[in-house]
Amino acid sequence: MSNTGIGARVARLEDQRFITGAGKYTDDVNVAGQTYAAFARSEHAHATVKSVDSKAALAVPGVIAVFTGADLEKDAIGPLPAGWMIHSKDGSPMNAPGHPCLVQGKARYVGDPVAVVIGESLAAARAGAEALAIDYDVHEAVTDPAKARSSATQLHDSAPKNTCYEWELGDKAATAAAFKSAKHVTKLSLSNNRLVPNPMEPRSALGNYDAGTDSFTLYTTSQNPHVARLVMSAFLNVAPEHKLRVIAPDVGGGFGSKIYVYPEEVVCTWASKKVGRPIKWTADRTEAFITDAHGRDHVTNAEIAMDERGKILGLKVHTTANLGGYPSLFATCVPTYLYATLLSGQYDIPAIYAEVDAVYTNTVPVDAYRGAGRPEATFLVERIVEIASREMGIDPATFRKRNFIKKFPHQTPVIMNYDAGDYAASLNKACELIDYKGFGKRRREAARRGKLRGIGFSCYIEACGIAPSAAVGSLGAGVGLWESAEVRVNPTGNVEILTGSHSHGQGHETTFAQLVSDRLGIGIDQVTIVHGDTDKVQFGMGTYGSRSGAVGMTAISKALDKVEAKAKKIAAHLLEASESDIEFKDGAFSVSGTDKKVTFPEVSLNAYVAHKFPSDEIEPGLKEGAFHDPSNFTFPAGCHICEIEIDPETGVCEIADWVAVDDFGNVINPMIVEGQVHGGIAQGVGQALMEGVSYDSSGQLMTGSFMDYCMPRADNLPSFKVDTTVTPCPSNPLGIKGCGEAGAIASPPAVINAITDAIGHENITMPATPQVVWQAARQGAARAAE
Amino acid sequence: MPKVTMTVNGKAASADVEPRTLLVDFLRQHLRLTGTHVGCDTSQCGACVVHVNGRAIKACTSLAVQWDGASVTTIEGLASGDALHPMQEAFREHHGLQCGFCTPGMIMAAVDLVNRHGGVPDEATIRRELEGNMCRCTGYHNIVKAIGAGASAMQGSGKVAAE
Ligand code: FES
Ligand code: FES
Repeated sequence: MSNTGIGARVARLEDQRFITGAGKYTDDVNVAGQTYAAFARSEHAHATVKSVDSKAALAVPGVIAVFTGADLEKDAIGPLPAGWMIHSKDGSPMNAPGHPCLVQGKARYVGDPVAVVIGESLAAARAGAEALAIDYDVHEAVTDPAKARSSATQLHDSAPKNTCYEWELGDKAATAAAFKSAKHVTKLSLSNNRLVPNPMEPRSALGNYDAGTDSFTLYTTSQNPHVARLVMSAFLNVAPEHKLRVIAPDVGGGFGSKIYVYPEEVVCTWASKKVGRPIKWTADRTEAFITDAHGRDHVTNAEIAMDERGKILGLKVHTTANLGGYPSLFATCVPTYLYATLLSGQYDIPAIYAEVDAVYTNTVPVDAYRGAGRPEATFLVERIVEIASREMGIDPATFRKRNFIKKFPHQTPVIMNYDAGDYAASLNKACELIDYKGFGKRRREAARRGKLRGIGFSCYIEACGIAPSAAVGSLGAGVGLWESAEVRVNPTGNVEILTGSHSHGQGHETTFAQLVSDRLGIGIDQVTIVHGDTDKVQFGMGTYGSRSGAVGMTAISKALDKVEAKAKKIAAHLLEASESDIEFKDGAFSVSGTDKKVTFPEVSLNAYVAHKFPSDEIEPGLKEGAFHDPSNFTFPAGCHICEIEIDPETGVCEIADWVAVDDFGNVINPMIVEGQVHGGIAQGVGQALMEGVSYDSSGQLMTGSFMDYCMPRADNLPSFKVDTTVTPCPSNPLGIKGCGEAGAIASPPAVINAITDAIGHENITMPATPQVVWQAARQGAARAAE
Repeated sequence: MPKVTMTVNGKAASADVEPRTLLVDFLRQHLRLTGTHVGCDTSQCGACVVHVNGRAIKACTSLAVQWDGASVTTIEGLASGDALHPMQEAFREHHGLQCGFCTPGMIMAAVDLVNRHGGVPDEATIRRELEGNMCRCTGYHNIVKAIGAGASAMQGSGKVAAE
C-alpha cells in the first residue's frame, strides 16, 4: 500500500477550503443583477385554492413579479413525476398523480407552494408574499397513515382510498404453511417514526436565463445534478437538456433529501426567463421542515415463526407506508424494493410474505432518507428476532447465530441474492469488543447505582451499490443506475477525473484520488476530481444508496484500465520493446527483465507530443471514459451493540457504550469510512431516542423547527468503538460494498433492544423520549412484580 | 440607513445598512464573507458563530448596528496568512468535518471554548459546550477528538486568547 493509495488513512484534500471558509455552497454564489424569490405556501393541509390576488403584493416596493400555478400551466411546465412504477397485487399500475410546482387546484400539505413573488431584495419578495391574498376552500385533512384508507377525505381524484398501490412480495402459501408447522410464533406491531433529514445546509437554488444563448444555468443543492437536469428537461419541459446547465457546487449534506427535484428550483429557473433576471431562493429552516422530503413513516404488523429450537421458519409482514401528499421522485420504490427485499436480514428464512400499502396523507411528501427502506426492514427484523429469542429463552446472540446465513451465494425468498459475508465473524468480534460476557456484572453494578442497564444487538444487512440497471428496470425504475467516469491525463502527467458521482460530504475528492494514486503511481495532489456540473461531466446518476464507491469508483477504475492499456502501447514505442514485455508498476513502465523504464508523466507528455509513435495506429492524447453498470447489488452487513443506562426515576437514557463491527468489503480510506459510520449511528440514535415528526389532526406540523424537533447534540452521544471485518465484494474489481448508510440502518434497533432489555417491557415507540421510557419502565416494573 | 463600521478580520469595513440587518447578513451579503453560514432560524445550530471583540457569538442573532466599532473575526480571518490556526489544522487532521457546512461555526466555537476554559478540556466538557452547535454528518465523534487535539496544540503554540 502506498501512503496515499487504497487503504491509506489520508487527510482529506477538500478540507482546506472548508476549514478556511472558502467552500462554495449554492447560497454563496451570487450573480450580477440577481433577484430573490419568496414562496407563498399553503397554510392549510388540504384546501382548494380559489383565487390568488396579487394586487397588493405587486404594489410592495421592490416586487417585480408574481407567478402562480396557472402561469406554469400556460407554459406547459409539468408536474414533478414519480420515477418508479409499482404494480399492485392485482396487476394494476400505481396511482401516482404528479406534483405541480405551484398549486393547481388543491394544496395537499402545509407548505405546498401556491405562488412565488420575485423581488429586488429578499425583504421585498417576502413582504410581497405576505401581501398576497389567497382565498382557500378548506377541506378535512388526513395525516395518519393508518387511517388514510378508511378516511372520508380523498386527496387525489385518481387515488381512491388514498391508495397509491397495494403491493406484495414473496410466497403467501409457503409462508402460511411455515406458520402452520411452527412451534412458536412471535408478533410485533410497530411504527417507524417519520423523520426530517435536516442536512445543515438548507436547500437553495439560483436560476439564470441567458438570452444570448437561449440557455439556462441552475445552481442547486443537489446530490445528482444530471438527474435533476433530465427530470427538468424530459418531464417538466423547463428547457431542453442541451440548453440547461445544472451546477451543484459544494453541498452541505443531503442524506437523500437532495436527490429529488423540488418545486423551488424549477420555478427559479423557469421564472428567470420570464423576468429576465437571475433568481435566487434559499430555504430558511422553517421552510426546510415543511418542504424537504421526510423519511420513514411506516405502520407495520409482523409475525415470525420458529421451530422448537428457535430456527426461523417464516416471516409475515404487513406495512402501511405514508407517502405524504404526493409521490416524490423515488418514494414509491422505498417501501417496496428497498424495504421488503431486505426482510430476510442476515437470516436463512425459508418463507417470507410481505404486503405493503402505500397511502397519501396531507403531509409533506416522504422519500428516501439515509438508508431508505433498509432501516425500516432492519428495525422490524432485528426487533422481532430479539423478542423471539427473549420469548423462547434463548440468548439473543446464540439465537441469531443459529439462524445466520452461512453459505454464499444465498438466494433469499425476497429477490436478493447475497454474494458474500461472514455474519458470525462480525457478531463475535462485536461481542468481544463490548465484553458481552461481562455484561451481567455491569448490569448488577448499575443496579447498585439505581440504574437499569440493558444491552441491544443489531445484525443488519443492506443492499447497496445501487444498482444493476436491467434488474431495477424489470422492477419498475424509470432510469438505469450505472455510473460514468472520464480520466483526462494532462501532458504533464497530472490527472483530472470527471465523475457522475457527487460528493455532499463523503470526501470523493480524496478517496477517488487515492484510487488514481494507487493505480497510476502518482501523488494524490496530482489528481483533481471534477463533479457536480452538467457542462463538465457528460452524464451521471449521482450519490445516494452507498453507490459512489462500488459503482462510481468502479467506473473510474475501468477508465483507468483503458488509460493504462493505451499508455502501455505508447511506452512500448518509447522503450522500443514489444507491448507484451511492458510492465506497469509504481508509476513507471519497464521492459520486463531489463532496467529500461519510462515514467507515467513521460508517457503522458509523449502521448500529446505524438512524435514517437505511429499516430495512424495509436491516436494522440490520453483520455478515456467508462460507464459501469453493476452486475449485482452489494451487501454490506455487520453487528452493532449498544449498552444503555436508564434512570428509572426520569426515563433518561444514556448510551453507555457502542460497538460497531461492519463488513464493507475493502476500504479505500478507513478514516473516512469510520466518519460515515459515526454520522450514521448518530442519525439512527436520533431516530431511536429524539427525533420524530408530529402532525396535529388538522395537518399542522407540530415539530417545525429545531425548538420542537430534537436533533442529536454532542452531549447526547458517546464516542463509538468502530471496527471492521472484511469479505471483499465479488461483484466489483475493487471489492467495495459501501458504507454511507450502515450506521443509520443498524442503530435504531440496537438502541430499542437495549432499552427493552433494561426495562423488561417490549412495547416502546420511537422516539423513546424520557417520557416514553419512564412510562414503559413503570409498566415493566409492574409486570415484574406480578 | 445607518452606517456601520467594524474591523473585520483586521480590516476596516463599513456600509450603510437597514437597521434590521443581521450581523450574519452584513458579513455574507455586504462583505461577501460567505464562510459564515446560516443553518437555522431559531438560533440553535451554530453555523453562524463568529468572534466579536474576542468572544464567540451567533451572528444570526444580533444586528449589525449593535456592533458598530467592534472587532469581528470570521473563519476567513482565523489563520495567520498561510499558517492555519491549530484548531483548523486539528479538524483536518482528525476528520472533524464531512460536508463542511457546520465547520466554520464549529471551529470558531471551539476556539472560544478553549479560550474560556484554558488548558485542555475533557471530553464531557467539550460535549456539553457544543450544545449550541449542530452537526448532522459526523456524529460529533471526530469533532470532539479534534477539539481536544486543537486545545493541546493551542497550548503549545501560545494561541490561547491571542486574537
Ligand atoms: S444560523 Fe443557526 S444558530 Fe445562527
Ligand atoms: S460536517 Fe456536515 S454538518 Fe457538520
